[in-house]
Amino acid sequence: MKLKKNIAISESGFIFDPNTGESFSINPIGAEIIGIMKLGKSTDEIQSSILDKYDVDAASFEKYYYDFLNMLKQYNLVEEDE
Amino acid sequence: MSKIKLTLAATGLNNTDNPGPGIPVIRSIRESGEFDMRVVGLAYETLEPGIYMHDLIDKVYQVPYPSEGSDNLIKRLEYINSIENIDVLIPNFDAELYTFIKSSSALQKMGIRTFLPTLQQLEERNKVNLPEFGKKYDINVPLSRPILGHSEILSLRDEFEFPVMVKGKFYDAYIAYNEEQIKMHFNKISAKWGLPIIIQEFVKGTEVNVVALGDGKGNTIGAVPMRKQYITDKGKAWGGITLGDENMLSLTRKIIKATNWKGGMELELIKTTKNSLYVIEINPRIPAWVYLAVGAGQNLPAALVKLALDYKVPHFKQYDIGKMFVRYSYDMIVGLKEFESLSTRGEL
Repeated sequence: MKLKKNIAISESGFIFDPNTGESFSINPIGAEIIGIMKLGKSTDEIQSSILDKYDVDAASFEKYYYDFLNMLKQYNLVEEDE
Repeated sequence: MSKIKLTLAATGLNNTDNPGPGIPVIRSIRESGEFDMRVVGLAYETLEPGIYMHDLIDKVYQVPYPSEGSDNLIKRLEYINSIENIDVLIPNFDAELYTFIKSSSALQKMGIRTFLPTLQQLEERNKVNLPEFGKKYDINVPLSRPILGHSEILSLRDEFEFPVMVKGKFYDAYIAYNEEQIKMHFNKISAKWGLPIIIQEFVKGTEVNVVALGDGKGNTIGAVPMRKQYITDKGKAWGGITLGDENMLSLTRKIIKATNWKGGMELELIKTTKNSLYVIEINPRIPAWVYLAVGAGQNLPAALVKLALDYKVPHFKQYDIGKMFVRYSYDMIVGLKEFESLSTRGEL
């Protein structure tokens, strides 16, 4: 799953979907994950990047990461990989 | 570059919570900086706020309601024109457009230019004719049917599923969940705007809008899509944001090309969850939120004036996406003398 191409995200974690006009605020860790997603990194790469940097175990990361992805999906901000 | 000398007349000065487009149109043209202009406001009521906005409007004349017939309107405009020498007139109400379009040759004889759709274009996009419009131009439109009396309400169940939209021919739209509510809205709307009342299928989705300008030869001079972010209880935008939706823009270009649309236009669309676009209304004039388009880089009212004056107007190539407008209300203090002047002499 990847972030839709035209989604704009600012450093402060403000997301704007120009297609719908919807905007969202996310917390710093969410913004960091989206920043990595925008670079086109895989789930494994995102996981290792976060695990290296923060004190979190793989199981907890996975649980919260997939919750987060589902939320992005619900708000129509991500699309399936081609 | 030298400025174009212009005396502009405009209606729609009712800058209320259900605003007419007159004030934003005038403001846009003034701020373009392209005109050395005098603005003549044409008002129907004495309390239209624009009348008292002296920084935007130089002189105001009261004009007769369109329902009083085009002869009365022309007579009044002849008088106003003998003093003001109007170059371009922009009518801003749906309800007056028929009269102004019908009078366009009389206006032309007076030297007053307009840039309006033809009567055929006006009629074709009428809410009552929307199903045929959709069929003719292969555009998604909701199922709709005009009704003239309560007796037709019972038969609606055969064609429509509840809820339905109940709409006036010019303004007003309410949602109805049963026949009783249709009757209630029917009475309310018909008392204000007359008949027919239009029953329209309720299409679920997000309402989005486009302001556009057609040159009358099938070309789109400019178009800006918007989503209302804050809607008043009258359904009017009190805040909105420009969108970057190519589907909305191509639908707009398709409609303008197919109809050879001349003048300003507002498309009211519903975007469904599957991203299909349904045209629910085509308003044959510039909408009151047009200043957002100006802020986003497309001064469509100024372009309309130049088209009316036969200037070559290049197409706008872009606009800022994610630009917002937030409307506000503001109290002006008005001297009784001003109110008196308009009430008794019909001029200010």
